[in-house]
Amino acid sequence: MGSYVLRRVLQMIPVFFGTTLLIFLMVYTLPGDPVTALFGEKAADPAVVASIKHQYYLDQPVWKQYLHYMGNLFQGDFGTSFTGRPVSDIMANAFPVTIRLALLAFVFELVLGLALGLVSGLRRGSIQDTLVLVLTLVVISIPVFVLAYIAQTIFATNLGWVTPTVQDSRDLSQLILPAIVLGSLSLAYVARLTRTSIGENLRADYIRTAVAKGLPRRTIVSRHLLRNSLIPVVTFLGTDLGALMGGAIVTEGIFNVQGVGNVLYRAINQKEGPTVVGIVTVLVIVYLVASLLVDLLYAVLDPRIRYA
Amino acid sequence: MTTAVDSTRSKRDAPYEGPLLDVRDLHVEFVTRDGVAKAVNGVDYSVRAGETLAVLGESGSGKSVTAQAIMGILDMPPARIPRGEIRFRGRDMLKMGKEERRKIRGQEIAMIFQDALSSLNPVLSVGFQLGEMFRAHQGASRKEARDKAVELMDRVRIPAAKQRVNDYPHQFSGGMRQRIMIAMALALEPDLIIADEPTTALDVTVQAQVMDLLAELQAEYNMGLILITHDLGVVADVADKIAVMYAGRIVETAPVHELYARPAHPYTRGLLDSIPRLDQKGQELYAIKGLPPNLLRIPKGCAFNPRCPRAQDRCRAEVPELYPVTEDDGAPLAGRGSACFFWKETLHDR
Amino acid sequence: MPDVHDENSYEPHPKPGVSHLDYAGEQGMAVEQGTLVEADPVKREEARSLWGDAWRDLRRRPIFLISAVLILLLVVMAIFPWAFTDADPRKADLVHNYLRRPDWTDFFGAGWFGYDGQGRSIYARVVYGARASITVGICVTLAVTVLGGLTGMVAGYFGGGIDAVISRIIDIFFGIPLLLGALVLLNAFTTRTVWSVVIALGVLGWTQIARVMRGAVLTVKQADYVVAGRALGAGTGRLMFRHILPNAIAPVIVVATIALGGYIATEATLSFLGIGLQDPTISWGIDISSAQKVIRTAPFALFFPAAALSVTVLAFIMLGDAVRDALDPKLR
Repeated sequence: MGSYVLRRVLQMIPVFFGTTLLIFLMVYTLPGDPVTALFGEKAADPAVVASIKHQYYLDQPVWKQYLHYMGNLFQGDFGTSFTGRPVSDIMANAFPVTIRLALLAFVFELVLGLALGLVSGLRRGSIQDTLVLVLTLVVISIPVFVLAYIAQTIFATNLGWVTPTVQDSRDLSQLILPAIVLGSLSLAYVARLTRTSIGENLRADYIRTAVAKGLPRRTIVSRHLLRNSLIPVVTFLGTDLGALMGGAIVTEGIFNVQGVGNVLYRAINQKEGPTVVGIVTVLVIVYLVASLLVDLLYAVLDPRIRYA
Repeated sequence: MTTAVDSTRSKRDAPYEGPLLDVRDLHVEFVTRDGVAKAVNGVDYSVRAGETLAVLGESGSGKSVTAQAIMGILDMPPARIPRGEIRFRGRDMLKMGKEERRKIRGQEIAMIFQDALSSLNPVLSVGFQLGEMFRAHQGASRKEARDKAVELMDRVRIPAAKQRVNDYPHQFSGGMRQRIMIAMALALEPDLIIADEPTTALDVTVQAQVMDLLAELQAEYNMGLILITHDLGVVADVADKIAVMYAGRIVETAPVHELYARPAHPYTRGLLDSIPRLDQKGQELYAIKGLPPNLLRIPKGCAFNPRCPRAQDRCRAEVPELYPVTEDDGAPLAGRGSACFFWKETLHDR
Repeated sequence: MPDVHDENSYEPHPKPGVSHLDYAGEQGMAVEQGTLVEADPVKREEARSLWGDAWRDLRRRPIFLISAVLILLLVVMAIFPWAFTDADPRKADLVHNYLRRPDWTDFFGAGWFGYDGQGRSIYARVVYGARASITVGICVTLAVTVLGGLTGMVAGYFGGGIDAVISRIIDIFFGIPLLLGALVLLNAFTTRTVWSVVIALGVLGWTQIARVMRGAVLTVKQADYVVAGRALGAGTGRLMFRHILPNAIAPVIVVATIALGGYIATEATLSFLGIGLQDPTISWGIDISSAQKVIRTAPFALFFPAAALSVTVLAFIMLGDAVRDALDPKLR
C-alpha cells in the first residue's frame, strides 16, 4: 500500500510540470500581445511597452519565463496581474465562492445521482428506470447554458423563488440554483454510470452465490452489490470535482457568480496571462490531488489493487 | 432469527421417510428475443439422504437450469416455470413464499458453483463471506461468525486457517478457493448440496482432491448430493446413480456401474464410446456426429434423432417416454430407465 | 422467486466474437477427451461476427433507428440547407420583422419560427446552423480518433518505456479541462472559423480516445490469435492493423460517437461565450447567445436554436448508446 501511494505521487510530478508548462505555452507563446492589448484603442508608447514587458519577464525566452514562474510559485508567489494586483489576492477572493459552488453541485450530483442510478439499476425495465434513462439523456443533451436559461425562466421569472442572478456570491442559499445547473450534467453521468455498474454486478457470479446463500435481499444489495458497483462511480466523481470548478465558467457567467469562472473568463479575454496561468495551475493541482485521493479510495474499495 | 432456526431444527428432527428432494415433471423456459427457449422439458428425479445423484449432460442439456430452479436462483424473467413440482421433504418449494424459500437456501439446500474465483465476492475477505452464513441465518455476532469461519476453513483443510481468514479470494489458489466454496456450502450443515461442475475449473490433480473432500464430507454429514457435470470421469467414483440429460429431458437413468457396463440409450452409448481407451490404441476415436440441438427449435420426435445412428421414422414422429429397462426375461432392473424406443437393442449392442 | 437476481445471469445469447468455428474446434477437442461439448444452447447454426451480431441487434432497436434517421436528416441539412428553406438566413429586416412571433401557418416558410432581433428568419438560421455544428462534430471526432487512436495503439502495442512516456503525455493533456483549454487556444485566433474550432478541440480532445484505445489494445494483445500471429512471424504493421486494430476498435467507436455529441455542445458553448465561431458563420451557439438579451420578450428566439442544438447532441448520444449496447454483450 505504501509503495503504491509513493508510486502514484511520483507519477504526479511530471504530470504537474507538464500540464503547467502546456498551459504556460498556450498563454504566452500564442499570437496576441497582452501588453498592447492593455492599452486598448490607444497607441502605446514603445518605451512603456518595453518596460512593462521587462517588469513581467516577458522579454525573456519562454522557457526562462516558465522557470522563473515556477521558482516564484514554490515560494507561494503566483505573480502579479497586469493591473498590478497580486494574482494570489485575486484568487483568494474568487476561489472560496467557486469551491462552495462546486461542493454544492458535487453533493447534489452525488446524492441524487447515486439514488437515481440505484433505483433504475435495481429495477431495470421498470417505469422508474425508463424515466431515469430518458431524463438523464435529456439533461446530457441540453447544453449547460440552455439549461441555465430554462432554470432561470422557471424558478426566477415564473415561480419567483429566486432572483435571476446571484446578488451576493457569499450567500450559500443563493448558490443553490447555479449549483444544481452546474451539477446536472455530472448528475446524469453518475446516475447512468451507477445504473450500468449495478446492472453488470447484478449478473456477477458472486451475487448469484449471495442469493444461493439465502441472504436477505437488503444484505445482498448493501453489502455485496453496492460496494462493488461504486468502484467505477468513485473514479468518475473524483475527477469531477476539478471539472466542476473548471466548468463553472458558463454557469458563473449566466448567474453572475463572482467566482473563479468569471475571473478566468475575463482574464482570458483580456489576455491577462498571470491570472490565467495562476488559476489554471491551482485547478490542475486540485485535479491531481483529487485523482490521487480517488486512487487511494479505489485501493480501499478493491483489495485486488491493494495487494497488487 | 432464532425462531427461524428453531423451526428448521424441529422440521429436521421430524422423521421423514420419503426422498429428500423430489422433482416432478419440471419445465423451465427462457423468453428470449428470438422466441421461447425450452431449457427443461419434463424432468423427474429424486435424491435421498446420503445419496449421490450425478446429472450428466452437455451445456444446454438443462442440467444447470434444473439445479438453479431447485435452488430458486433462476432469473424470472427471462426464465419461467410453466409446470412441475420441486418437493423438498415433501413440500413443493414452487408454492412457497419468497421468505420461506430464502430460509431454505444455504440452510437446508446449498450450492457449490464451478468458478470459485468469480463466485466469491472479490472485495470481501473469505472469513467474512463464510461468517455471513451464520450471521444471516443464525444471528451470530461478528466475532462468533469469524471463529466459525476459521473452524470451517480448518475442516476443509485449508492450511493456517487462522492467519488466512482475513485474506481475499484472489490470494488463494484455485483448489483452495473451491475448498472455501465447499466450506460455505457446508456451513449450516444442509440436507442437500448441489454441486454444479465443482471441479471443471481446476487442474486435474487438484480435481481429485476436491472431489474426495466433497465425498468424504457428504458421508460424514449424511447429506444428499446432486453432482452436475459433463465429465464422465468425475462421476464414476463418487455417484450412486446417474441421470443423463439431453435437450432438457432425462434420456437415461441407471445405477452408476450399470450405466457404464450396459448403456440403454444411443446417446449414452455415444458418450461412452468417445472416451479414449488404452486398448483401442491406433483406432479412430468415435465422436457423436452433429451438434446439440437449438433449444428454440428442438427437433420433432426424439430430440436426439438427427444425431442417432438408430433413428427410425418413429423416432422422428413420437417423443419416447422414459421406459423402465428390464432384462430379456422381463426381470426388472432397479432404477433403470431409457427414453429410447429401441432400448432393448441398445442394451445388447456390443 | 430470486430476489436480487433480476437480470439474466443465464445468457441465452452466445458471446459475439465466439464464432461457429470456435465452437466446432472446442467440440472436436472435447469429444476426443471424452467430455461433452460445452457449447451455447441457443442460436448456434449461423456463423456470426461481432459486427454482424451488433448490426442484427441494432436494426431492432428503436433508439438506433430514431437517432440514425435524425442524424441522416441533419447531415443532409448541413450539406443542402437550401433544400429545406427558401429564406435567406442572413437577410435582416428590422423594419418589418424585428422579433416577430412564430407563425404556425407558415409551414417551412421564413416566418415559421419567427424572426430574431435583427429581423432574420429563425427557421432559416436553424437550418443553416446545422452545417457548422455537424462539421465541427464530425471533423473533431475524425481528428481525435486518428490522433488518439494511433497514440493509444502505439502505447498499448509497444508498452514499456514508450507506453510510460505516452501515458504521461496523455495525463498532461488530460489535466486541462477541454472548455478551458479551448478558450485559451481560440483566444489566440483573431478571426475564428469552423477550422480553428476543429483544431483547438482536436488538439485538446484526443486523450480520451487514446486512453480507450490503449486499454483495448492491451487486452487484445494478450489474445491467442495475436500471440499465434506473432509466432507465425507476422510483422509489426500487419499485427497492428490486421490482427489488433479490428478487435480493439469497438470501444473506440462507441466513445467517439458519444463524444461527437459532446464536441457539438462544446462548440456551441464556445460560440455562446463569444470565443468560438464568429459572424458570418451561422451557429446555434451564437444565436442562443444573442437571443439571451431578449429572453423575456422573445423566448422563441432562444428556444428554436437551443432545441435544434439539444436534439442534435441527443441524436449522437443515443446513437453511441445504442452502438455500445449492441457491441457489449455484457450489458444486454
